[in-house]
Amino acid sequence: MTTSVQQISVPAGAPTEAAAVKVQTPFRRFLSDFFESGTAIAAFTVLLVIIFIAVVAPLISPTNPYDLAIVTVLDNRLPPGTRNLDGMTFWLGTDGAGRDLLSAIFYGLRTSLWVGVMSGLIALCIGGTIGLIAAYFGGRTDTLIMRIVDLQLSFPAILIALVLLAVLGKGVDKIIIALVAVQWAYYARTVRASALVERNKEYIEAAICLALGHRRIVFRHLLPNCLAPLIVVGTLQTAHAISLEATLSFLGVGLPITEPSLGLLIANGFEYMLSGRYWISFFPGVALLVTIVSINLVGDQLRDVLNPRLQR
Amino acid sequence: MTSARSTLQVEGLETYFFTKAGVVKAVDGVSFAVGRGEVMGLVGESGCGKSVTGFSIMGLVDPPGRIVGGQVLFNGENLLTASEEHMRALRGSRIAMIFQDPMMTLNPVLRIDTQMIETIRAHERIDHASARQRARDALGQVGIPSPDERLRAYPHQFSGGMRQRVAIAIALLNKPDLIIADEPTTALDVTIQGQILYEAQKLCRELGMALIWITHDLAVVAGLADKICVMYAGKIVEQGLVDDVLDHPVHPYTVGLIGSVPSHNPRGQPLAQIPGMTPSLLNLPPGCAFRTRCSRASGICEQEPRLSEPRSGHKVRCFHPCLEGHA
Amino acid sequence: MSVFIIRRLLQSIVVVAVMSLLVFFAVNVVGDPVDMLINPEADQAEIEKTMRAFGLDRPVHEQYWFFLSNAVKGDLGKSFIFGEPALKLIVERMPATLELAFAALLLAVVIALPLGIYAGLKPDSKFSKTIMAGSILGFSLPTFWVGLMMIMVFAVMLGWLPSTGRGETTSLLGIQVSFLTWDGLRHLVLPALNLSLFKMSLTIRVARAATREVVHQDYIKFAHAKGLSSRRVILVHLLKNIMIPVVTVLGLELGGLIAFSVVTETVFAWPGMGKLVIEAIQNLDRPIIVAYLMITVLMFVTINLLVDVLYSVLDPRVRLQDVKA
Repeated sequence: MTTSVQQISVPAGAPTEAAAVKVQTPFRRFLSDFFESGTAIAAFTVLLVIIFIAVVAPLISPTNPYDLAIVTVLDNRLPPGTRNLDGMTFWLGTDGAGRDLLSAIFYGLRTSLWVGVMSGLIALCIGGTIGLIAAYFGGRTDTLIMRIVDLQLSFPAILIALVLLAVLGKGVDKIIIALVAVQWAYYARTVRASALVERNKEYIEAAICLALGHRRIVFRHLLPNCLAPLIVVGTLQTAHAISLEATLSFLGVGLPITEPSLGLLIANGFEYMLSGRYWISFFPGVALLVTIVSINLVGDQLRDVLNPRLQR
Repeated sequence: MTSARSTLQVEGLETYFFTKAGVVKAVDGVSFAVGRGEVMGLVGESGCGKSVTGFSIMGLVDPPGRIVGGQVLFNGENLLTASEEHMRALRGSRIAMIFQDPMMTLNPVLRIDTQMIETIRAHERIDHASARQRARDALGQVGIPSPDERLRAYPHQFSGGMRQRVAIAIALLNKPDLIIADEPTTALDVTIQGQILYEAQKLCRELGMALIWITHDLAVVAGLADKICVMYAGKIVEQGLVDDVLDHPVHPYTVGLIGSVPSHNPRGQPLAQIPGMTPSLLNLPPGCAFRTRCSRASGICEQEPRLSEPRSGHKVRCFHPCLEGHA
Repeated sequence: MSVFIIRRLLQSIVVVAVMSLLVFFAVNVVGDPVDMLINPEADQAEIEKTMRAFGLDRPVHEQYWFFLSNAVKGDLGKSFIFGEPALKLIVERMPATLELAFAALLLAVVIALPLGIYAGLKPDSKFSKTIMAGSILGFSLPTFWVGLMMIMVFAVMLGWLPSTGRGETTSLLGIQVSFLTWDGLRHLVLPALNLSLFKMSLTIRVARAATREVVHQDYIKFAHAKGLSSRRVILVHLLKNIMIPVVTVLGLELGGLIAFSVVTETVFAWPGMGKLVIEAIQNLDRPIIVAYLMITVLMFVTINLLVDVLYSVLDPRVRLQDVKA
């Protein structure tokens, strides 16, 4: 039933129409597909704004929240919109140490994004390479790599990260290492799956027959054809990494107090929550949520657009 | 062919699919009738709307499809205005259906006995043991060896042919008045196909059921059916008794279809074929849908041809029927 | 069937052995074993005594053997903070964590499964779209922050539910549980809901995807053609088929629930093993960390084993493959 409907609904493609359609490059078609959805446009815009804020945080923040010369404890726990004696307005209030929450969120966003993006990129490089190697060489190499990947993926990410941080200690570098260790397996699995499909196609056979070097075949021929799923997983994994970093920092095992991310800001507000001073935890949480939701929505749309099975 | 003794009479049935790309007229004004003990072959290429016709009679058209017009009279009652609950009570009990792919029709995670017994108990209050007994008998009837044992099996433990027999047994369970078989032998080996055809015909005659056999295979219809309807692009282009239509086809499409059967071609000659492709049913222009592939087409074919009856009981929808050859 | 279970069992033992090796190396190679195993405040004599007791003066492979044989005997060292065997402390806290995890799992099944099936059956309805938007949000919301907001709304602002602790517990088969008393139940609601949120989103997605796939299968249409009621088609024909992916995902996610309870337990001061291990990490109470790891590894492996067995019960085709193999 379904098949017959699909068959009859495929237009025969009148030649006049075909001639009218402009020749599109794959990238332009990708752009027009991507921006077809209003949600995707909104999410993408929000994400751009967030990235912009994170990059220029020191320039646009009302104050430097970590400059001890400016911050005074006298301003602590002020509700949103309060003006202090110096005529300074705290639009989102202040935290327990008297820091302007808006500025702290800008700085926190910077740290959170940095950790998320860096760990994502490193994991992508490592995991991607391992996945390509598994698919290209196959056989025992593949079995061994995939066993390790499966074993790791059968344990929750947070557990592995906790263990590593327990051993390594706190710090931006440490948490990036932990997040890379958690994420590489996802990339390896994704790349391997699509590389396996490509591996059996004729152009790879042809490249092998030309006796090109392994490295050249893997990175110049195989990799470019596995990029689409890698981009999708990369986007969604970055959102995951940001969330995980926030969680770990909240638990007090992630970043040190000197480099607070959004997670740490939320944790700092926790103790004031029960006395009704909601804003110290609430606003950093909203910033975190908006960041993660917009990345996820962009990732979802990328998946729909780049998925060859859904190609229109 | 009078409506009084027809089990099923379909009048001007229209089933359209409202897709994003436009309206697909999968079934566009189809009329036919089948009586007790009668076998009707519904023939056409893939995508001509013959399966949708079957599902329309069952009231099982999935969205975005919708029945937009016509009548389906079953024992005199119009099914298109019947309540959903009444339709449910008819399905599987008075009207049964057999699907194309036996590998997909049986639920893979339920045992055969569950799938058979639920069919009986959906329609009558009967205890489990008697229902089981009837299921067992039905399996025996379609030629499945050691039915008691097979009842406890799962579908994947059967071969394709055996699964189709099980599906037929399920269709027979409640002794329906009408069976719609949607290409039930297409997925099977030729030898198995022969056995199933033979048994279907026998059961139909013995039990006095009406049978609609949907297929693209003219050879199957020739051996099995009493009547034939040839469908093209959602419309019936030719219908009549099977011998009349197959021996003296009058619609150019039917002529081409029969000519395409390899055994009709002299050895050593290139095989005859119909040029072109089945048209898309999406936003089909008015007029005869076959005109772009037809050697006899003329300007008038851009208008809608009406059904004419050049010979008694043999109807055709064409401005230029091939009558010269055999009339 | 039994061949299948035995094979899986052997695989599980291999996994546990590999994990014990990894944990051992995390302790002995990445970190300094003396730091890891011995209370930093211990004096020289005590250090040497412990080093001998743990065989730290021996070659690495002998040390591993020593660690393993002690582990099998249930000796994973004493907590520096509590001065009690680490394993005992973990096992004491286990019922609280398991209760929380199972309550969350139950919520995911009871709430999310019907929602997911509905969204799969009627993908274009407004309600389905709301469900799916909710599930995207559920995926994106950081668990700990939602926990905080729950406390703020339901405990601080509305005052309906308590925000910390387990409440009154009763003994069920010698295990302390909360869900049998009204007070305990009130304490359980927020943490369980919080922990469940992510799994609910996941269950909705899996159930919806599976439903959308199954609902177009011929056997569902055939079931309708047999004249079965929609109720029976959905509750038997559809549900039994979508249970295969749903059970796989949910079962494997039970491990995730136990691991993620670390977060929920910290937020709601739920006295489970997750809260214990976070405190241990902050206090560098390493024997507890090692004991927690070994116990969770054992639990995950057991869960995976059970899911595999359950899977073969649900899907007759898996059983057949096994007979062939």
